[in-house]
Amino acid sequence: MAAANGSRNGLITPAAFPPPVNPVEEFVGPPTDPEDERIEVGVAIVGGGPAGLACANRLLQLLADDEALTERLGEVPVAVVEKGKVCGAHNLSGAIMRPSAMTELFPDVPPSDWPTYGEVPGEAVYLMLNGKQSVHIPTPPPFKNHGNYVVSVAELSRWLAEKAEEAGAYLLTETSAAKLLVDENKVVGIRSGDKGRGKDGEPLGNFEPGSDVLAKATVLAEGTWGHLTGAAIRAFDLGTDDAQVWALGVKEVWEVPTPLTKVIHTLGWPLRTAAKYKEFGGSWIYPMGEDKVSLGFVAGLDYADVEFSVHDVLQQFKTHPRIRGILEGGKRIAWGAKAIPEGGYWAMPKLTAPGAVICGDAGGMVNVPELKGIHYAMHSGILAAEHIYRQLKASSTDFSSYDDAVHDSVIGKDMFRTRNMKQPFSKGFFVGGAIVNAMVATKGRIPGGHWKTHADKDQPMFRGGRAKRYPKPDGKYTFDKLSSVYITGNETRDDAPNHIRVQKEVPRELAEMWQWMCPAGVYEVPEDAEGDGPVDVIVNYTNCVQCGAITAKGGRLTAPEGGDGPLYQIT
Amino acid sequence: MSNILVYVLHYEGEFNKNSLGAVSEAAKLASELGGEAHAIVVGDDGLTDEFLAGLGKYGATKVFRAKAPEGLAQPVVDAMAKVIDDNGHSYALFGGGLLGFEIGAGLAARKKAGVTMEVTEVKVDNGELVASRPILQDSMISESRYTGDLGVIIGRLNAFEVAERNGASATVEDVDVELSPFSTKAKMVQRGEQRGADVNIEDADVLIAGGRGLGKPEGFEQLDELAAAFGGAVAATRAVVDAGWFPYAGQIGQTGKTVAPKLYLAAGISGAIQHKVGMQNSENIVAINKDSNAPIFEFSDLGIVGDLNKIVPKLTEAVKAKKGS
Amino acid sequence: MKICVLVKEVPDAAVEKRIDPSTGRLDRTGEKNLNPFDTHAIEAAMQIKEGGAVDVDEVVAVTMGPESAVRALHKAVSLGADRSVHLTDEALAGSDVAATGYALAQTLAAEQPDLVLLGQQSDDGECYTIGAVVADHLQMPSLTQVIKIDVSDGNLRCERQAEYGYDTVDIELPAVISVGDAINEPRYPSLKAIMGAKKKPLDTKATGDVEIDVAMVGGDGSQVACGNFHDPPQKEAGQIIEDEDTAETVEKIVAWLDERKLI
Repeated sequence: MAAANGSRNGLITPAAFPPPVNPVEEFVGPPTDPEDERIEVGVAIVGGGPAGLACANRLLQLLADDEALTERLGEVPVAVVEKGKVCGAHNLSGAIMRPSAMTELFPDVPPSDWPTYGEVPGEAVYLMLNGKQSVHIPTPPPFKNHGNYVVSVAELSRWLAEKAEEAGAYLLTETSAAKLLVDENKVVGIRSGDKGRGKDGEPLGNFEPGSDVLAKATVLAEGTWGHLTGAAIRAFDLGTDDAQVWALGVKEVWEVPTPLTKVIHTLGWPLRTAAKYKEFGGSWIYPMGEDKVSLGFVAGLDYADVEFSVHDVLQQFKTHPRIRGILEGGKRIAWGAKAIPEGGYWAMPKLTAPGAVICGDAGGMVNVPELKGIHYAMHSGILAAEHIYRQLKASSTDFSSYDDAVHDSVIGKDMFRTRNMKQPFSKGFFVGGAIVNAMVATKGRIPGGHWKTHADKDQPMFRGGRAKRYPKPDGKYTFDKLSSVYITGNETRDDAPNHIRVQKEVPRELAEMWQWMCPAGVYEVPEDAEGDGPVDVIVNYTNCVQCGAITAKGGRLTAPEGGDGPLYQIT
Repeated sequence: MSNILVYVLHYEGEFNKNSLGAVSEAAKLASELGGEAHAIVVGDDGLTDEFLAGLGKYGATKVFRAKAPEGLAQPVVDAMAKVIDDNGHSYALFGGGLLGFEIGAGLAARKKAGVTMEVTEVKVDNGELVASRPILQDSMISESRYTGDLGVIIGRLNAFEVAERNGASATVEDVDVELSPFSTKAKMVQRGEQRGADVNIEDADVLIAGGRGLGKPEGFEQLDELAAAFGGAVAATRAVVDAGWFPYAGQIGQTGKTVAPKLYLAAGISGAIQHKVGMQNSENIVAINKDSNAPIFEFSDLGIVGDLNKIVPKLTEAVKAKKGS
Repeated sequence: MKICVLVKEVPDAAVEKRIDPSTGRLDRTGEKNLNPFDTHAIEAAMQIKEGGAVDVDEVVAVTMGPESAVRALHKAVSLGADRSVHLTDEALAGSDVAATGYALAQTLAAEQPDLVLLGQQSDDGECYTIGAVVADHLQMPSLTQVIKIDVSDGNLRCERQAEYGYDTVDIELPAVISVGDAINEPRYPSLKAIMGAKKKPLDTKATGDVEIDVAMVGGDGSQVACGNFHDPPQKEAGQIIEDEDTAETVEKIVAWLDERKLI
């Protein structure tokens, strides 16, 4: 029987404390600007990451040979709306990219001209047994990366943005898309966010309201916690029975004196293997050229221990001799965090609504077992461009053929093949691992069926005593959250409105869970809070790096003022 | 032989502290160079011989007096350019402060000289002056060397120590300056208007800053008393300003003000980097925090691990007593 | 009246700046942005234009910098400038403060402005008051750290923060005014203005177009050389006192302060 404070048997379930937000009511609606003040563009692409920019580039390639349609699309045929200071400022990933989308998008550009750190030089997978030992295991098929490239998505996005701009795209950076414009049940564009509001939302002296941007086609390529995508899924009933679930990745980039010669993935420690903890994830360490490495830790957000903190687990991970050896004598030069959609095939929403399409991570196109998402994002952007182009040419705004195209493409095929590979890990590392091995060996056929996903916020949580194992930051190899946020270049003004929606009064355990969860130190339990009673959680929203974890765990991230947040350079 | 010309700002009968620091510094450097330190003071009839000769105490051997409007930069550029043209000084030195920047920059333009700003240290190398300044948010030092006939060095606020050098009275020499036509196009209507009763925290020599560790807004009352005992001002971290315990005007840090007082006493402040960057150049940093692991203890000059509510009131009494004696 | 606003492109404050270990020079890759202090100057120009006290024919944004500096000009234009001028020339690379000021002054002289506005300092901390340099070359009166401007016919009444408080100064036009960030709250550009920025006229000029003597600019024309970048001296480790007997602790604190002449 659930107690009044939402706990059951001493377990806290975040979903019992929903955030004060109604996405459809708040973020979906008709245009409100007077007609002559509305901005008109041909295609509005929300999100300047790999998916959105691949779409922009492909569209402009097609339009370059089509004067008639280009003219019909008006003065601004392709506009990309990006809430970061520049395209790439909010992009973060491991990452290893399959080359297929780049070669498709830019067949005349040789890989040596791509913004990558070269092909994967070699690989190794380690099972970390404990804080001191590890064992090299044969590379399981999903981790084979021969022929793939090490990249930084922050750099890739900048490169794609430059190409898009050269081709004629309007990059509207520092602009958030706050509202989805829907008229007569069709998406007709987006409304950009206001600027110059104060802490309580009141207009300040330099208040500048957003604008209605009307478009013949709207591409939602917002990434992992799509603000408008979430609202669109609800408004147009695009969701499936399986909830989207997320993992949180925390990443660092290091300058190192000794080059790393292979791509490394690890499983096991510090994650706990027993089923009750539901700790699913692992780490990566990738060489970035001769003098840098990227490393990070990813864990599913359906973990059960209130004290689980991916940032601190990463710091703990770095104390292992094998990892410490790689970083020895080095210097941390970047840090960041981002959520990753992990629901796979079953959790992918329908990808089109009248007048709009969904691309990339926003559509859940991440292949979890194989840790791939960038090329799918780009492929979906390319497909979106091609289908939008074709339909607009025929004066139609019905883009439903795009949905089928995605499922028929390498995206759909790979997502289907790996459709059940995360869920078994809810049975714990070893049972889960065995099940997944079977799936891999049989390309998804055995055991088949439909393993349902369960929303992260529905996961009951308890205090599992994790925190005492987190290392105290030494400022050299291990770091605290605040100094990490500092190097992301986060510069949100102090009197900006709070863009995070959480319930104000929550049980202490929930507040603590958020405090541990958030890699940026946004949530704090007030010092004078006593006992287990309800606390008024402190929200230091100016620290927020917009990773999206809170949306998975009982709160909701909404679009902050354009230009706010991190300025990732090399993540 | 290299002589150094130092601009000395004055107001209501007193020389500016930073200017005196520059004179002291120039005297030290000039002796190493085998030259002299001269001062130049610009103003109207109030500049008596006696007043100016007093600069000898800080090591100036000669003071040039020029009659021109006070408090504006361009007339001083005219004056200094003339003195340098007539006397061949190799360096012009300025103490930190607004006018110093303005005059120094204008002088560099006039004389086609190299100029370095925010200088924290000057040394002699091979018969030449080398000026060092911090760059990249104080993470590195850059050294400037001058080619050409004149080098202009503008110090950072409080960079040069005021030191009496047991010098004899300086001789005073009048300079006849012809002001450039554009130098007369700015007219001082009112100078030095004080606004608001509060001490500007950026100018205060002593800052007592409070953070979350105070526990409650009333915690600032004891800091007010401590600041009063020192004759300093009170400041705050972003966290407590956010919580409404202190006005934004007193916020120190990445998104607030940057200060460099002689003494920064941090009470109940953890010392996260967002705060540190706003006060790390303070000459002396004292921290009181009950958490021995607080990052502030890594860069404080004196750290006290303890309960500020016990320590601050007693410290206030002790400071009052010491000052009273 | 014609107002010219000097703007500068600087590394974004959020980018961690460092010395490139391979070249020993400032690593200038990474995002650049319009110097935040210059946004206050543009806002000041716009407020004068919209204020109605004088007739402003146009606001022109002027910058000196490499090709990427056009972004700063686009931003300036999206904030309200009518057109922009970009001085760019390889000969200018490596210019110090005095050389930069001279080059800008020559560019401005060609425009014949009534008022030149610029930000007090640049965010990269490299220089303060380049306005004073520019004014000297243009032979115009100059004032820095200005936080209030009132315009009337041919004259300005300015307030500025100085060592001893606030000064009120009257200045005859034409003049060069450097503004402090306390002067105003810059506006945000509207989406329409951002989208229209690239269409506004942008003139590119080289040293020859504005009569710049190349001997006076660039690395060779500079009279100061910066180098020998090194770490700042290590601060001595601080002392820590664990408070047990508060009376004793306070005594120690007072002694410590006294030693350093802080009481």
